[in-house]
Amino acid sequence: MRRVAVIGVGETKYGEHWEKSIRELAVEAGLRALEDAGISSEDLDAIVGGNMSAGSYTGQDHIGALIADFSGIADRHIPAIRVEAACGSGGAAIHVGFNLVASGMYDIVLVGGVEKQTDVGVDMSKEILAGASDREWEAFFGATFPALVAMMAKRYMYEYGDIREQMAMIPVMMHENAMNNPDAHFHRRITVDDVLNSPPIAEPFHLLDVAPVSDGAAAIILAPLDYARKNYDTVVELAGSAVATDYIGMHDRPSLITLAANVHASRKAFRMAGMEVRDLDLLELHDAFSFLPIVTLEDLGLAERGKGASLVEEGILSMDGDLPLSPSGGLKAKGHPVGATGVGQAVEAVWQLRGQAGKRQVPDAEKALIQSIGGTGATIAINLFRREK
Amino acid sequence: MVVPRHWREREHRYRLVATKCKICGRIYFPPRSVCPNCGRKSIGNMEKLQLSGNGTVYTYTIVHSGMNAFKLQKPYILAIIELEEGPRVTGQIVDAEPNEVYIGMPVRMVFRRIRQEGASGIIHYGYKFAPR
Ligand SMILES: [Zn+2]
Repeated sequence: MRRVAVIGVGETKYGEHWEKSIRELAVEAGLRALEDAGISSEDLDAIVGGNMSAGSYTGQDHIGALIADFSGIADRHIPAIRVEAACGSGGAAIHVGFNLVASGMYDIVLVGGVEKQTDVGVDMSKEILAGASDREWEAFFGATFPALVAMMAKRYMYEYGDIREQMAMIPVMMHENAMNNPDAHFHRRITVDDVLNSPPIAEPFHLLDVAPVSDGAAAIILAPLDYARKNYDTVVELAGSAVATDYIGMHDRPSLITLAANVHASRKAFRMAGMEVRDLDLLELHDAFSFLPIVTLEDLGLAERGKGASLVEEGILSMDGDLPLSPSGGLKAKGHPVGATGVGQAVEAVWQLRGQAGKRQVPDAEKALIQSIGGTGATIAINLFRREK
Repeated sequence: MVVPRHWREREHRYRLVATKCKICGRIYFPPRSVCPNCGRKSIGNMEKLQLSGNGTVYTYTIVHSGMNAFKLQKPYILAIIELEEGPRVTGQIVDAEPNEVYIGMPVRMVFRRIRQEGASGIIHYGYKFAPR
């Protein structure tokens, strides 16, 4: 196995891109990553694309070839393959790209992620996203995606007590962080009261507990670590990469107060990287619903069972705390173009570790963790980044 | 969707027929053709089992913003029910007000209309749960 580095990153702004098609978004992010790496598309040996539902959202499947083609390299005939793991597609695509480079099969690999969600109406979008759960035994019976995670939160609160207000603090933090991210979907502060008084979606969640539907794309370029050391001053290693799965239907999981895939993926990724959770300088977590970071903090071992919410309260996760949570604004406020989200987290992690994150820079950040959750946790990808001193 | 997709699930959805592993005795609903506990040995050794339909609420939520097919039912109660034979199942709770539901509430299966595909599409039936 070769060690792997990220040599270029780029993303589009997240939001409602009515004027742009899925191919334009993907190509825009890819070109920015290439420019950042100082290479051209002819230098790519392979493309991996994270995407959940282009077929349902736009009627366009076969995203790999489409992106290679409209990046202008159809006549180079390189492999370009789509990776799908629902909302975790981005993180899973990074894992696949990592393995392509680590194995020695390819040298320069672009990992992209894209989702174009606003080509359909909101109702259609809900129906499509329900495909991330068990269509026949959850969605069929009226389980929306928020309703499923709401049932997780409800059980958690039954076992550990009410954390409604602490959950609401997460979207508030995310909107605050996004104020300093020009690529974010929202630039608007909100309060805990705003969250608690927004329309109910699925109790205990209100509208502002839930990440928006966004369009967007992100891309990173992977290369062997040795190549990066030779060609770049600042080197960020993709030091650990793991994907774990679990029962797709929540009703089949022995426990709803943990995401088993979190535990397995993070353990593997930390072992691979030779890192420990207490080494981390920042996290980019999958806050599609305000509850998810709380259970994740516990699964990562950052908090005891039932105590994840107190970490939020103590301010450890705010920008001036010891372990800032999603400086980008997270899924809630940076946005959640599903297939792009995990790759966009990697873009943020690399900017942070290079010291290029502008006003939202975490001082002297050296190590970062990103987490991508597919469905209600049936796939979780954990990727770890480390800057070389 | 075409009819066979739903027709093939009818006994599970209409009557809560589960599968039981003949080797380890574990019971699965939704049905499985492979027992996660016994793996390959269980193939061909999964038999059908009629569940009683009795259980308790393991967790629940009140859904205020649902998919199109459920629009007229809003707000509705969605739950995971722990059945007395062991498996848990996701379904709606009916014949109860949202503020009457609690974790641990005893329920029984009832046969109801689940959803309809548009104005003239297939009408789907299956299990929901009511207080017992
Ligand atoms: Zn068995």
